[in-house]
Amino acid sequence: MTTVLNSLKPQALVSTLIPQTREHWINLLLILGLVGAALLAQYLGERFYVNLASRIAIIAMAAVGLNLALGFGGMVSFGHAAFFGLGGYVAGICAYHAFNMNPALGIGFLPEGTNQMLTIWAFTLVLSGLLGLAIGKISLGTSGVYFIMITLAFAQMFYYFGISWPAYGGEDGLPIYLRNELPLIDTNNRLTFFFVAAAMLLISLWLSQRLMGSRFGAALTMARLNPVRLATTGVDPQPIKLMAFVISAMITALAGALYADLNGFVGPNMLSWHFSGELIVIVILGGVGRLYGPLAGAILFVLMETWLGGVTRYWQFWLGLILLGVVLFARGGLLGLLAGRDKDV
Amino acid sequence: MSEPILRIEQLNKSFGALKATREVSLDLYPGEIHALIGPNGAGKSTLIGQVTGNLMPDSGRIFLAGEDITNRKVAERAQLGLGRSFQISSLAVELSVRRNVMMAIQATQGSSFRFWKPVRSDSALLEPTADILERLGLTERASTLVAELSHGERRLVEMACALALKPRVMLLDEPMAGMGSEGANRMVAFLAELKQEVPILLIEHDMDAVFQLADRVSVLVSGAVLAHGSSDEIRNHPAVREAYLGEETD
Amino acid sequence: MTVALIIEQILNGIQLGTMLFLMASGLTLVFGVMGLINLAHGSFYMAGAFVTAIVAATTGSFWIGLLVGTLAAAAIGVVIEFTIIRRLYDRDHLDQVLATFALILIFSEGTYMIFGSSPMFLSIPQELRGSVNLPLDISYSKYRLAIIGMGIVVAVGLYLLISKTRLGMRIRAGENDREMIGALGVDIKTLYTLVFALGAGLAGLAGSTIGALQSVRVGMGEPVLIMAFVVIVIGGIGSIKGALVGAVLVGVVDTMGRVFLPMTLSNFLPASQAMSIGSSISAMLIYIMMAAILAFKPNGLFGSK
Ligand SMILES: Nc1ncnc2c1ncn2[C@@H]1O[C@H](COP(=O)(O)OP(=O)(O)O)[C@@H](O)[C@H]1O
Ligand SMILES: [Mg+2]
Repeated sequence: MTTVLNSLKPQALVSTLIPQTREHWINLLLILGLVGAALLAQYLGERFYVNLASRIAIIAMAAVGLNLALGFGGMVSFGHAAFFGLGGYVAGICAYHAFNMNPALGIGFLPEGTNQMLTIWAFTLVLSGLLGLAIGKISLGTSGVYFIMITLAFAQMFYYFGISWPAYGGEDGLPIYLRNELPLIDTNNRLTFFFVAAAMLLISLWLSQRLMGSRFGAALTMARLNPVRLATTGVDPQPIKLMAFVISAMITALAGALYADLNGFVGPNMLSWHFSGELIVIVILGGVGRLYGPLAGAILFVLMETWLGGVTRYWQFWLGLILLGVVLFARGGLLGLLAGRDKDV
Repeated sequence: MSEPILRIEQLNKSFGALKATREVSLDLYPGEIHALIGPNGAGKSTLIGQVTGNLMPDSGRIFLAGEDITNRKVAERAQLGLGRSFQISSLAVELSVRRNVMMAIQATQGSSFRFWKPVRSDSALLEPTADILERLGLTERASTLVAELSHGERRLVEMACALALKPRVMLLDEPMAGMGSEGANRMVAFLAELKQEVPILLIEHDMDAVFQLADRVSVLVSGAVLAHGSSDEIRNHPAVREAYLGEETD
Repeated sequence: MTVALIIEQILNGIQLGTMLFLMASGLTLVFGVMGLINLAHGSFYMAGAFVTAIVAATTGSFWIGLLVGTLAAAAIGVVIEFTIIRRLYDRDHLDQVLATFALILIFSEGTYMIFGSSPMFLSIPQELRGSVNLPLDISYSKYRLAIIGMGIVVAVGLYLLISKTRLGMRIRAGENDREMIGALGVDIKTLYTLVFALGAGLAGLAGSTIGALQSVRVGMGEPVLIMAFVVIVIGGIGSIKGALVGAVLVGVVDTMGRVFLPMTLSNFLPASQAMSIGSSISAMLIYIMMAAILAFKPNGLFGSK
């Protein structure tokens, strides 16, 4: 009885802001560590490492999106590269037309592109939401292993489309000559761009947290753990999962738009199934279904890529071995090892 | 008598070559407990599954309060007032008792597309949940993970979830199995009281409990209704004694 | 657009379908019997092709290469099943996806380490070079025709294996009810290893034959693998018949689309535009077909339940 009363009190709200458990401390440490690393790199004049921190933040954000579907919704999407790439191409195509001052998609009455990130992000959210709705609707009509194969197949469809559509670079991809802009902020400044990326990451983490703590999150959790139970209480699991899939797609797509701006380039590799796989790996390495798992996973992944990749050309061989080890022997991922069992009662 | 609240008409269901339900017709009236008995594999759970929508019948119709629900989804039927418990309890074992029941409360409020307010401090969910847990004597166990509960306790949690829906019909699939005699006695008392509130279609193996509780009994054998009548009629029905109670008729 | 061209393209489509069937039948068997989704199936395809290329180069005989390549793929399948895959049968799909994705990385990078990134070549055997004349004035590649023939032989062989032999009976029992084959006293572990090896061998055979048409290189199995997934989704997971029908359907639609779509569009559009739009749409055709079929049959054409 006392526990019920406790959770009714307003202190419960405050407790989300001040770290209480080991996991909270680790989460805080991860964020401070990332920001600190970027600042230090800037101070030391290590441009490469500032960009690396941006890369981690953006990849982590894409994984936060995937985690919503995969970790919290139990939907094993092997096609999130489609959304990531979509965001990238929206940024790239808008910038391309703004740069060349010709109408979008070569269709006369459409407006010229734009170099405003806010507009690009809005486009990205709308388009990826619609795409997520379409792919999710078709894939969720099936179950289990079909879902994996269908999401993979649809992402591959966009990959081949990207390759064979010559207008925007086809196989060679599309450069973004001038980084897109934000009002009042100089996005060309490396550190500023990092803070934009980090802010977007934090917003998506915060959003996920609110979402998962809400009634929607409770329903989504039940849809993952026991869909029959959810239906028996009178809530159809399908629309709940679909909504989660759509939000997940939108977050990942927004990360894609940022990623294209970070690299000044968008190409079919952002759509490739390897990237879908890597996103899953990141979520798992970090600890599936944990709020900050994607951040932990992204840090681990990008650092491995950078350092192992510096030592050997075949670093993905070692990644494969590590991944195999994690799957077979350490299913909780990094946060599982560091923070112990996740407990929410 | 008034209109039946639940009416099942000539239901049929096959799994491949096996006919699990044959031309079954049943009804349930307000204020009664209608018990469904029959040997293992008779098709009792399969019948309940068709009523709740987890299984689709090959033919036949199901009416709830006069409305044809044969083609409705599981969730819609639950919203229309079908509460149930499963033979093998089906809960989210990774979550606490409270979380499981809260989900049912949330469902009755028709509000799963709310994205912002945290449920852990939502008194509109916590208070009714606490009431129901109290009623079933589960208050002490509210924060316990379902995985750590005994079978009997899990059945109580399922019952709590079903009650949370304020159902118009309760479908209970062997609610006393694995409960021990003390728990079973308490459940009998609880059901006797509950039937004033909501009519119950009860599957049960414990014959004492059935004859104690049921207003009417139907006997299901090999998917078909073999006999139907009051507790006394069934108790003394020769074909039932032979087919189900396993006694020689002399 | 002549009749001859159409028939030739249909044959090309069936030849692609044959390859897809070899891949898809193994995948679908492994899923049907063991409930395992194996992303690394394309690695057996690649392994078969590499071994065939090496053996053919050293012995000078394509046929010995083909035999050794197929057997090697099956043998690798046995080893992988023994060491890793069998730990995954009772895991969820996510774990299976991850572990087999890890296997792809290990296989692909491992092959890079050993053979480098430049492709290897495997040439068509002497006796199958050139083309044969078919009725209607069609001349068609002997080798491709042989592949189609091989596909028919494999399909019939699989049919006989599954419907007529004891092994097949066990496989069917395993698809229907895993506990039942345990009850039958079948050594389930051996059965699983055999089924996995059969799938790996078929994939190896596919890779070996295709290796002579394209180059033998790392990653060659991936496009085929994804098309094989489309085949399985269309045909219905677990169904060999579905794999066959789906494979031919996907093979023919993909091939025909690539050739005839740009051609048809060029009647309405300027040539360059017709080419680019046509080729982009035809790249998506089989996926659109998959979506359309799923809209009506969520479990595929021959999927159960
Ligand atoms: N999903 C299913 N697939 C195939 N057979 C089933 C399925 N569910 C139940 N059965 C079979 O239907 C018959 C009736 O089962 P059930 O309704 O569970 O019986 P009861 O609840 O009366 O013990 C049994 O023979 C059982 O094996
Ligand atoms: Mg039963």
